Amino acid sequence: MATTPLVSAPAARTAATAPLVLSSWRRPALRALSIGLFVLAWHLATLWDLDLYVRFQNIPSPADVLTEAIELFGSRAFYVHILASLERIWLGFAIATALGVGLGLLIGWFALFEDILLPPIELLRPIPAVAWVPISIMLWPTERSSIVFITTLGAFFPIVLNTIHGVEAIDRQLVRAAMSLGALRAAIFREVVLPGASPSIVTGLSVGMGVSWICLISAEMISGQFGVGYFTWVAYGIVKYPQIVVGMLTIGVLGMLSSLIVRVIGARFMPWLPRRDKAGT
Amino acid sequence: MTGIASDVATGRIEITDLDIVFGRDDRRVEAVRRFSLMTVPGEFVALLGPSGCGKTSVLNAVAGFVPPAAGSVVIDGEPVTEPGADRGMVFQQHSLFPWKTVLGNVEFGLKMRGIGARARMAQARAYLDLVGLSGFERAYPGELSGGMQQRVGIARVLVNRPRVMLMDEPFGALDAQTRLAMQELLLGVWREMRTTVLFVTHDIDEAIFLADRVAVMTARPGRVRDQIPVKLARPRPAELIATAEFMALKARVLALVREESGRAWEAPRP
Repeated sequence: MATTPLVSAPAARTAATAPLVLSSWRRPALRALSIGLFVLAWHLATLWDLDLYVRFQNIPSPADVLTEAIELFGSRAFYVHILASLERIWLGFAIATALGVGLGLLIGWFALFEDILLPPIELLRPIPAVAWVPISIMLWPTERSSIVFITTLGAFFPIVLNTIHGVEAIDRQLVRAAMSLGALRAAIFREVVLPGASPSIVTGLSVGMGVSWICLISAEMISGQFGVGYFTWVAYGIVKYPQIVVGMLTIGVLGMLSSLIVRVIGARFMPWLPRRDKAGT
Repeated sequence: MTGIASDVATGRIEITDLDIVFGRDDRRVEAVRRFSLMTVPGEFVALLGPSGCGKTSVLNAVAGFVPPAAGSVVIDGEPVTEPGADRGMVFQQHSLFPWKTVLGNVEFGLKMRGIGARARMAQARAYLDLVGLSGFERAYPGELSGGMQQRVGIARVLVNRPRVMLMDEPFGALDAQTRLAMQELLLGVWREMRTTVLFVTHDIDEAIFLADRVAVMTARPGRVRDQIPVKLARPRPAELIATAEFMALKARVLALVREESGRAWEAPRP
């Protein structure tokens, strides 16, 4: 009969979705070992007060940092800094996402919006967000709002540009297919443009999240009274060197977790994208 | 297959003195000049021509994707002015929405008409069954073979019960065996639906095997050079292409094609 499937249903499903598992423990073990070796090198460098042009005499050892971290995380004061930073990040990132995705979709799809909105964006884009700090302090009434502004600015450009690129890269044949299935303008935008651009949008959000952390910490170091960036900079001023490293590691972990959240949420919204496995172990 | 078979009252295509032009001034390219073609409702017409002869442009004009520079395209008495679900297009490849499941792709046209989720799913499933893809509802297009993707593409168009199904070398990117299976499948589906089909191809065997009538186009700017009725009995088994009757028809078409020109003709690609 003509309608016999060319591939049987269950076989095709499993072949397409089964992960390639070689050995489940080797790669995590290798990664843990890698971190262990890095900490060991740091420990030895501070133990021997290494002086090879770069000087380790004033650098706190891993043990000093750990002791300091236990003390800090046992106190309320440190959480105030962390919460201040997190609030600014999520506020700035949320505003940048709404603006960046919204404007990016309009600019990418409509020539009129491209002509009206893209020139100022292109003009301001090369200016690093940190260079905005003085103007930002003048523009905004509170320290909180000026730092959120800097954070927003940092995330906005990667988000808007990746969104524009995602829209412009949509296959026109898919738009034609939608039209010949009865889709009108609004439906094309909702059913084709938005999902078609979404992989690129998520890339933009992921990059934007990284940049907004850079901007946040810089802004807090320059003009702040709270925040992990402020805390780290002040620790240097009052000669509490282990606190500097605790601050740095905290920033690193928070930044990593934020990007992870963005990627996980992104992947949930795009179940059609294949997961790639790497060769090599 | 209850609820799918349809009566044949619609699907009359009248293409009259169609001109299609791209670009302007010294970049101006005439794709099609004074192209005319008529079909009766329920007819299967193959448009055969060399690459670049403008056959896809004709299809795009019927679909409403490109406006004619002159002439007219009329479907059941209504002039074509814009794309619409009454003229569904099956593209050569990669035209399914990658972010929608197989079911989501087939449901798309019904969703555009505002049909409720429950009714949508029931109808979409019936058409997936028609093209032999039951059990793949939840798969994404990226998980399917090329032939299966094209079957989804056909179901997605037919679920709208179009007046005309436009097919732009839909099996051109498939391997020879899959293509043959797809041609048989298409004839089986068409026997159920009796939708008018305008099928573009550069493969002579394919055109004769499928169609009631083969319209041979000239090189660019394309127009219909000749029309050859194919009076082979249906249903047509795959073995048909080895019969003397088929060979004789093929020789006739080939002669026309050769005579037309060696200029732009390409042998059917694998």
